[in-house]
Amino acid sequence: MNTVMNTVMNAASLYGLVGAGLFCLGLYALIVHAHLLRKILAINVMGSGVFLVLVALAKRIGGGAPDPVPHAMVITGIVVAVSATALALTLMLKVATATGRAELPDDEGSE
Amino acid sequence: MVTTLLQWTFDALLGLVLLWLAWRSLASTDLFKSIVLFIAFGLLMALAWARLDAPDIAIAEAAIGAGLTGALLLGALARLRAVVNEEGVTPQQQPLLRRFPVWLPAILLLWVAAGLAYVVAALPPYAVGLSAQVAANLDASGVSNPVTAVLLNFRAYDTLLEMVVLLLALLAVWSLDIPLAGVAAAPGLILDTLSRQLVPILILVAAYLLWVGAHAPGGAFQAGSVLGAAGVLLLLTGWRLPPRLEGLPLRMILVAGPGVFVAIAVLTTLTSGQLLQYPPVQAGLLIVILETVATVSIGVTLAALFFGSPPRGKQHQ
Repeated sequence: MNTVMNTVMNAASLYGLVGAGLFCLGLYALIVHAHLLRKILAINVMGSGVFLVLVALAKRIGGGAPDPVPHAMVITGIVVAVSATALALTLMLKVATATGRAELPDDEGSE
Repeated sequence: MVTTLLQWTFDALLGLVLLWLAWRSLASTDLFKSIVLFIAFGLLMALAWARLDAPDIAIAEAAIGAGLTGALLLGALARLRAVVNEEGVTPQQQPLLRRFPVWLPAILLLWVAAGLAYVVAALPPYAVGLSAQVAANLDASGVSNPVTAVLLNFRAYDTLLEMVVLLLALLAVWSLDIPLAGVAAAPGLILDTLSRQLVPILILVAAYLLWVGAHAPGGAFQAGSVLGAAGVLLLLTGWRLPPRLEGLPLRMILVAGPGVFVAIAVLTTLTSGQLLQYPPVQAGLLIVILETVATVSIGVTLAALFFGSPPRGKQHQ
């Protein structure tokens, strides 16, 4: 019980837990929703969760300036995420233009 | 780490609000509401970065996560509404899941959540990571902001690849060539005046962020995303690239970022035998050159990603 309290009271692991929670929320939405725009939002939330865990881990240094290497990785990650989102949205619009629906076709029953 | 109760309460509240916003955004039945909640989520993420002593990420998140991603999502939603009927916009469950009880994925995900929470909690509370190595070599890096030193010097290879990823994403978007659904109507007086005032300020902010990144939070990515935001604002008010810049000049700017990176990589490989191993004396100058070119390239690429289809003035002449 003591260790649980310590984990929750520690700011770094608190944000780490929030990051893990965001990842799971995103993963759940990614699995459950069929709409592609929702899936893209879900992947972005998952990414934010991963970034939060990384930066929370960088803060485990006790007082001083946090580890800059994960910070640089996350900045790189944010820029990659926005370009991947732009590509994903374009692919979604292409699917929607071709099929009239913003969902991937159901594999079963198509053949 | 000593945390006062007040700070802890703030952190805990922020964490809960982040989780709640993410949940509401993903569960909302209205896609427009989902996106607006997601933008609010991005803004609060910037606050979380600030609380985690990561001001560099906070600036990037505020400009990209909350600003550009939101603009991309809203733009895509508007185009989506033009091609699919309203029924296609309402949420539907994954077809495969219709045969299973709705709680099954939730139960499975709870296991994943418990496992992840255990892993995060089980990590040692103190770890130095690579900060000692970064601090030891900071003097030779040419800049005094450790995050910029990692991005543009120690791990410049990652940044080189990232520039290529941005270019690749734009090439893919251009090759898919989704036309703009209805060019926005002429901007009203307020939007027109506001954008005329804001764009020069945004350019100035980008230049400041670029320059200050050498010794304080800021740098090429933050500056580039502010520049991209200025581009998006211009595009929204109906501004289009002058036809004489649409062809080669635009493409030259787009490839300049990765191009200069590759050129410096080749140069350093020839002179020092190591990829992107700058001589300490010229490191500061090389980083400023790289960052300046990268900023313009990133800004133009992000604005072009928002625009979607390639400019085609030349082909119609």
